[in-house]
Amino acid sequence: MSSSTSLNTWSDALSGFTIGGFPLGLIIVAAIPLVFIALYALTYGVYGERKISAFMQDRLGPMEVGPWGLLQTLADILKLLQKEDIVPTVADKALFVIGPLIMFVGSFLAFAVLPFGPAFIGADLNVGLFYAVGIVSLEVVGILASGWGSNNKWALYGAIRSVAQIVSYEIPASIALLCGAMMAGSLSMQHFNVVQSGPYGFMHFFLFRNPIAWLPFIIYFIASLAENNRAPFDIPEAESELVAGFFTEYTGMKFAMFFLAEYGSMFMVSAVLSIVFLGGWASPLPNVGGLALNTMTSGPVWGAIWIILKGFFFIFVQMWLRWTLPRLRVDQLMYLCWKVLTPFAFIAFVLTAIWEIYM
Amino acid sequence: MQELGKAELNSTRIIHQDDNRVVIEKDLDTEYMVLSMGPQHPSTHGVLRLECITDGEVVVEAEPYLGYLHRCFEKYCEKIDYPAIVPYTDRMDYLAGINTELAYCITVEKLLDIEIPRRVEFIRVITAELNRIASHLVAIGTYGIDLGAFTPFLFCFRDREIILNLLEWISGARMLYNYVWIGGLSYDVPADFRKRVAEFVTYFKPKVVELRELLTENEIFVKRTKGIGIMPAEVAINYGWSGPMLRGSGVKWDLRRNDPYSIYPELDFDIPVPDGKFSDVGDSLSRHLVRALEIDESLKIIEQCLDKMPEVAGFDPRAVIPKRIRPKAGEVYGRAENPRGEVGFYIVSDGKSTKPLRCKARSSCFVNLSAMKDLSKGQLIPDLVAIIGSIDIVLGEVDR
Repeated sequence: MSSSTSLNTWSDALSGFTIGGFPLGLIIVAAIPLVFIALYALTYGVYGERKISAFMQDRLGPMEVGPWGLLQTLADILKLLQKEDIVPTVADKALFVIGPLIMFVGSFLAFAVLPFGPAFIGADLNVGLFYAVGIVSLEVVGILASGWGSNNKWALYGAIRSVAQIVSYEIPASIALLCGAMMAGSLSMQHFNVVQSGPYGFMHFFLFRNPIAWLPFIIYFIASLAENNRAPFDIPEAESELVAGFFTEYTGMKFAMFFLAEYGSMFMVSAVLSIVFLGGWASPLPNVGGLALNTMTSGPVWGAIWIILKGFFFIFVQMWLRWTLPRLRVDQLMYLCWKVLTPFAFIAFVLTAIWEIYM
Repeated sequence: MQELGKAELNSTRIIHQDDNRVVIEKDLDTEYMVLSMGPQHPSTHGVLRLECITDGEVVVEAEPYLGYLHRCFEKYCEKIDYPAIVPYTDRMDYLAGINTELAYCITVEKLLDIEIPRRVEFIRVITAELNRIASHLVAIGTYGIDLGAFTPFLFCFRDREIILNLLEWISGARMLYNYVWIGGLSYDVPADFRKRVAEFVTYFKPKVVELRELLTENEIFVKRTKGIGIMPAEVAINYGWSGPMLRGSGVKWDLRRNDPYSIYPELDFDIPVPDGKFSDVGDSLSRHLVRALEIDESLKIIEQCLDKMPEVAGFDPRAVIPKRIRPKAGEVYGRAENPRGEVGFYIVSDGKSTKPLRCKARSSCFVNLSAMKDLSKGQLIPDLVAIIGSIDIVLGEVDR
C-alpha cells in the first residue's frame, strides 16, 4: 500500500502535530469528520431532504424561518435542545441512554476510513473497507439496546425487525463490496481511488471499466438502503405501522442523535459506493486532446469536492426513492435479501473473479 | 377474547400467506403478546383502538374498540328541529359532508313528500360527486401513507384542496357545509360555478392518471395489497357491507343505481367492479381499485350534470323549503350512496312535534368495520394496517 500511504501527506503531518506533548493534531483529525457530519446533516441532510421532498410533492417546504427557510434546521435544533429529556420510568435506563450513543458512534467511526481527497484520510487502514463494513454493524447493537431498553412493544418490534434486516442485508452488501475489492486488489480505501484515477477520468472507474461491476453496484446500493433503514426498506421505523419503531420513546437530543446517525450512515454508504465503484475522489472528467480537464480537476481540494459530490448524488437518489416508493413488508424484504440479492451477489462474485483472471 | 383456547391456537399457526398458499407450522410454545393499537396510532385513521393478540408479527386476534368519538347524535336528534339536524349530519362523515346531508334530506323529504326543483337536484348531485372525489382522494392518499408512500398523499391533498375551495366558495365552509337543506339548498351557486367546476374537471383528469401510475400500478403497492384481507362476496353481504367495500368483493351494488334517488337515473355512469385480472376479487387492492375508478365515474357524472343543469334567472333555492317542518305521523327509511357505502336514516315522526321522535343513523363505516375481526385473523401487523386502510373508516361516522 505504499502508493496510497504516500498520498496522505496532509493527514500524516496533521496527526503528528503536537503542542507540548498534547496531540492536538489527532483531535483535529478526529474532529474534521464530526464537523463535516454536523454541517452536512444540518444543511443537506435535514434542510435538503425537506426541500427535495417538497419539490417532489409540489410544495414549498420550510419557508418561514430565515430566507427560504434556511434557518429552519437551527430552529429545530434549538427546539430539540429545549425539550425535556424523558427517560420512561419503566425503561432500562442504562440501555435506553446508551442506545443512541452506540448508534451515533457506529456511524461516526466509519468516517475514519473515508478518504476525503488524495491527501486526507483519518486512518488509511489496509483493511479499510472491511473496517467500514464491520464498524457500521455496531448500529445494530444500538438499535437493539434502544428498542429493548424502551420497554415499549412498538419499539421492541422495530428493534427486532431492524436487527433481522440489517444483519441479513450485510451479506449481499459485503459480497458486492468484495467484488469491488477483487477488482482493486486491495481493501485499502485509498488504494481504490488510486487504481481508479487516471487521465481518462470516468473511463477508469470500475463501473465503466468492467461490465460486471454494474451488478454488485446495484446490489450494494439496494442493500445499503436496507442497512440504513431508508425507504422502501424503512420497516424498523415504519411510522404507519410501528409509530416510530425503535425510537418511539425518545425525545430531545437523544432523538436528534438517531437522526444524526441516520444521516451519517447515509453519507457513509454513499461514499463507500462511490469509492468502490465510482472512483471516490478521482475526477470523472477526461483529458480531451489538449484540454487537460482531468489534470485541472485533480488534487486535494478537488478530491474532497468530487467525493462529496458523488456522495451527495447517491443521497439524493436515496431521498428520491424514499419519497416515491411505498414500503415493503417484512417477509417480502427478507425474500428480496435471501432469494434475490444474495444469489445474484454470488453470481456477481464468481463473474468478477472470472473477469479478473481472464480479461 | 379470553374464550380462545390457548392450546388450540398453539397447535397450528399461520406463518404467512403467500399468494394463495397458506403456510401452517407446528411450533414450539410461544407467548402471546397483547398489543393495543391506537387510539393514538398513525394508521388507525382517527381514534380506533384495536386490541391485538400477537404471536411475533402475526396477529392471532384483533378486536376493535369503538366509542372514542361518540357524540350521542341519535339522542340529540330527538331534542332539535328537523332542519337543525343537518349540521350534525356533517359531523358524522366529516370527509363527505354533502353526501350525508343529502342522505338525511332525501329521507325527510320522503316523509314530507315534497317536490324539489330540478336545478336544486343538479346542484346537489354536482356537489355530492365533488365531495365524493374529495373523500376518495383522502382514502387513497391515506392508504398510500399506511403503506409507506408519502408523496401520493400530498398529491391527493393538493387536488382535494381545489375541491374544498370550490365547496367553500359555494357554501362558506370547507368541511362542515350545511349546504343541502330539507327542500332545497342554503344558497344558489355563484354565477361562475359552471365554468370553475369545468376547469377543475379538465385540470383533474390528467392528475387521476398520474395518481394511478404513481400508486395503483406501483409494483410494491400491488405486492403489499394483492391477496391481503380477502372477503368473499357472500360473507360481505352477510356482514351488511356496502359501497366500495362490497363492490370490491365483486358485487355490483350501488344505491345510485339499485335504489335510485335524485337525478341519478338520468345520468350515464358505470359501477366499477374488479374483474379479477389486476387484483384478486375481494382483496384490499380491489377495494382501492374501486375507489380509484369511481373518481373517473364521478367526473363523468359532474360533466353530464354541468351540461344538463338548467339556468333559471333569479332562482331561489329556498323557494319550496317548508316554513315549519312538521311531518305527519309515520316512519321512513331513506338511504344514499356515500363514498364509504350506504348511509341511511330511519326517522319516526309522531305527527305533532317539529322534532323527530326517533332518528336512527345507519353508518356505513361501522358495518364495514365489523368484519375487522374476521379479516385480521392470521395476518401480519403490516397487513393489518393495509386492511384497516382499505376499509377506509371515518371514526366520526363509526361512533356518531
